[in-house]
Amino acid sequence: MKINLKIWRQTDAGSPGRLVDYELDHVIPHMSFLEMMDTLNEQLILSGERPVEFDHDCREGICGQCGMMINGRAHGPIPHLTTCQLHMREFKDGDTIYVEPFRGKAFPVKRDLRVDRSAFDRIIMAGGFVSVNTGQAPEANGIPISHEQAESAFDSAACIGCGACVATCKNSSAALFTAAKIAHLAKLPQGKIESRKRVLSMVEQMDIEAFGHCTNTEACEVECPQDISVLNIARMNWEYTLSKVLK
Amino acid sequence: MELNAKIPPGPLKDKWSFYKDHARLVNPANRKKLEVIVVGTGLAGSAAAASLAEMGYKVKSFCFQDSARRAHSVAAQGGVNAAKNYKNDGDSVYRMFYDTIKGGDFRSREANVYRLAECSAQLIDQAVAQGVPFGREYGGYLNNRSFGGVQVSRTFYARGQTGQQLLLGAYQALMRQAAAKTVTLYTRHEMLDLVLVDGKARGIIVRNLDTGEIERHSANTVILATGGFGKIYYLSTLAMGCNASAIWRAHKKGAFMACPSWTQVHPTSLPQSGDYQSKLTLMSESLRNDGRIWVPLKPEEKRKPNDIPEDERDYYLERRYPAFGNLAPRDISSRAAKERIDAGFGVGPQLNAVYLDFSKAIKEQGKEKIKEKYGNLFAMYRKITDTDAYSEPMMISPAAHFSMGGLWVDYELMTTIPGLFALGEANFADHGANRLGANSLLQACVDGYFVAPYTVSNYLAGEIHAEKLDADAQEFIDAEVRVRAHLGKLLAINGTKTADHYHKTLGKLLYDYCGLSRSREGLVYAIKEIKKLREDFYEHLKVPGTEEEMNGELEKAGRISDYLEVAELMCQDALTREESCGAHFREEYQTPEGEALRNDEAFCFVSAWQWQGEDKEERLVPEPLHFENVELTVRSYK
Ligand SMILES: Cc1cc2nc3c(=O)[nH]c(=O)nc-3n(C[C@H](O)[C@H](O)[C@H](O)COP(=O)(O)OP(=O)(O)OC[C@H]3O[C@@H](n4cnc5c(N)ncnc54)[C@H](O)[C@@H]3O)c2cc1C
Ligand code: SF4
Ligand code: FES
Repeated sequence: MKINLKIWRQTDAGSPGRLVDYELDHVIPHMSFLEMMDTLNEQLILSGERPVEFDHDCREGICGQCGMMINGRAHGPIPHLTTCQLHMREFKDGDTIYVEPFRGKAFPVKRDLRVDRSAFDRIIMAGGFVSVNTGQAPEANGIPISHEQAESAFDSAACIGCGACVATCKNSSAALFTAAKIAHLAKLPQGKIESRKRVLSMVEQMDIEAFGHCTNTEACEVECPQDISVLNIARMNWEYTLSKVLK
Repeated sequence: MELNAKIPPGPLKDKWSFYKDHARLVNPANRKKLEVIVVGTGLAGSAAAASLAEMGYKVKSFCFQDSARRAHSVAAQGGVNAAKNYKNDGDSVYRMFYDTIKGGDFRSREANVYRLAECSAQLIDQAVAQGVPFGREYGGYLNNRSFGGVQVSRTFYARGQTGQQLLLGAYQALMRQAAAKTVTLYTRHEMLDLVLVDGKARGIIVRNLDTGEIERHSANTVILATGGFGKIYYLSTLAMGCNASAIWRAHKKGAFMACPSWTQVHPTSLPQSGDYQSKLTLMSESLRNDGRIWVPLKPEEKRKPNDIPEDERDYYLERRYPAFGNLAPRDISSRAAKERIDAGFGVGPQLNAVYLDFSKAIKEQGKEKIKEKYGNLFAMYRKITDTDAYSEPMMISPAAHFSMGGLWVDYELMTTIPGLFALGEANFADHGANRLGANSLLQACVDGYFVAPYTVSNYLAGEIHAEKLDADAQEFIDAEVRVRAHLGKLLAINGTKTADHYHKTLGKLLYDYCGLSRSREGLVYAIKEIKKLREDFYEHLKVPGTEEEMNGELEKAGRISDYLEVAELMCQDALTREESCGAHFREEYQTPEGEALRNDEAFCFVSAWQWQGEDKEERLVPEPLHFENVELTVRSYK
């Protein structure tokens, strides 16, 4: 099939960007979106143009790198899907597709579709861990954790740090990402002990990084490839209030 | 040069304790003066960096992704092994050791494998303490399942995302140290060369992939935890960026490469559907616990799978290997699939797949139970193929997956270069000629959390009085000059073919001649073709842009220039091993039933290779393997 592309090109954070038109004639419906982009890049290189820089690695929906806005939606038209898992069969012959980088003040563009998401790492650095030393942990079955509790912790722990929640949020809030980690650790006895301190410092770090506030639009959950629930945000707010009150 | 594996004395079960009791220590006050470079933030790298930083060393951590959390360990699905015997089904450290030695077709070191099994229980404890949400029984205790090649349940899992959860645990430990400023993080930095001073590893040259800047970093020791290079086959289950560059460049500086041709082909990947394809997606092997593998009895069968009656199906694994059936080890299962596909019984549009059928399990256990166990894998299958595997069988096919080969290391995980360590998939240790499922996450973690802290300290104890080195030393300047020259050379060719073109061509060659089966004739041909391809590469490659900026094509080209050299050594290695063992199946050496025929008389050794210089044949240095605790038996899964 034939596809028209309008792709955001930008040399670096300091330069202005613009949409550039490209045309691809032989797109196969079974191709993934990134394989379509590979085909375009092959064409560009051979014609002496710079290929489009985009982030990706695993191409199986788990590393969290392949974020881009496709027709205005983070990771494209299908809910709960990463870009690498999107296939061209979701588009029609002759379609025009807009491809832009993830938006958000805290995610500056590095080049073309690549953005800097290191703010997420700094949020984790602010307390998104259990303070355990390596080498001498106690017997794993020493503290039973109910099946339901472990599964629920997993639901939160599954976040891949892709940033779609931020990109899709009208406030560029990192609430879903941060809440997922806070909830994951708070739901387990191992992480519970530090949860009050953790929630305060991680929320503070979100503000330092210039992410916006959460106003409960719930757009994040729709785009999240891991289907992380906004209930995590409720849990974070509860932990936060509790920590403030008991501080 | 004789290879010394430095195996500690004493009975097998006491060797690691003996080592730990005698390893040298570094006084805490001295640790902060000692610098450690860790390249790679996968399980091996993150675990090592976090552990060493916590001990008080000054650590610099490097990876090429934009965040340490995205290292390829994140993609592992199935699980991680540990001899906990929670199921009371007769598991023990010795049994796990035995399964692993046998699974590796008696081509690994007893002492290393025993240590792996011994430390496995501790890893589960460590991960749980970090908050890894492993699957639990209803009573609150840890659950586990069985994996290919063993008959006990020793695989712990976090749904189908065990690697992700273990890596997040290690990454969080790393970030904790970064916050404490004991670790400095260098993400989006690619190591392009190793620097030796007085014969010891003292630093690296890296390129900042965002700006193109070349940087020099010095340290008292360098740890490579740069993962596997199965992506050399182009179509593989690995992430796009996986590469051999760091270990290959260390090899050219004197680190021996061991058994590079032992690449595991995984039996449960999704089949290739077209030429445009950039990778193959793995479906977790755990699916084989409940899925049954079959092909139609009739070649080029046109009917839909559900329309083929039971008595017209060939459950070939159950037929050929009744004791293990669908859980036969990976090398055996992959080869059996290839055998059926080559014989004309393959299914799917390209006739290159076999069926993995859940109908029996769904009938017996109910759809809900299957959904709970493998739900995300079924969802992933649907996303990629647009097919519902609850109502019709999945289609799977073998794909290149895991490098058993890598840098040669001794018991301390040190390479033949003093001060250079290799951890995780980057080294060759522990798995022999075939890796059992769920042992790799284990090995990466054990290397990083439990082995390196002792062995690296033991080395550093001798380096306390080493002169402080700044990165302006002549050795660093020379290395940087060479790195720049290589990048410049790639850019200057300005030909007509892309880096991907070479990668695809090379991958196909390796698949055909150094893949699931190999022959003398094929390997000799492949070596010739690889040489030609390498020449073509340096004549016709096209890399746009410049060196002083973000340039994804330049990154690729650099990795492929190394792959073009690694590939030749792989074929060379496969050629010299005139036997079949594990993942290495030489067509000339098989039993009348088509099973692998090992030759313990002549090949019970590790093939270590020494670089002799550009355009010179590498030198084979065998490390003989001694078995004192197990008898070398024919590996039978019948
Ligand atoms: C799809 C898939 C599923 C798997 N499932 C399982 C499973 O269920 N159980 C199991 O036990 N094993 C599994 N494995 C294997 C296992 O995941 C890997 O062997 C293991 O995670 C490797 O860990 P590592 O730390 O050695 O390397 P990796 O996690 O690959 O990390 C490599 C690191 O090195 C860095 N790096 C590489 N080169 C450079 C360079 N030149 N400069 C700077 N940085 C560099 C990368 O950025 C990365 O941080 C699976 C593998 C795949 C591909
Ligand atoms: S919460 Fe979801 S959308 Fe946000 S970073 Fe995590 S996985 Fe991505
Ligand atoms: S490339 Fe890893 S999630 Fe898409």
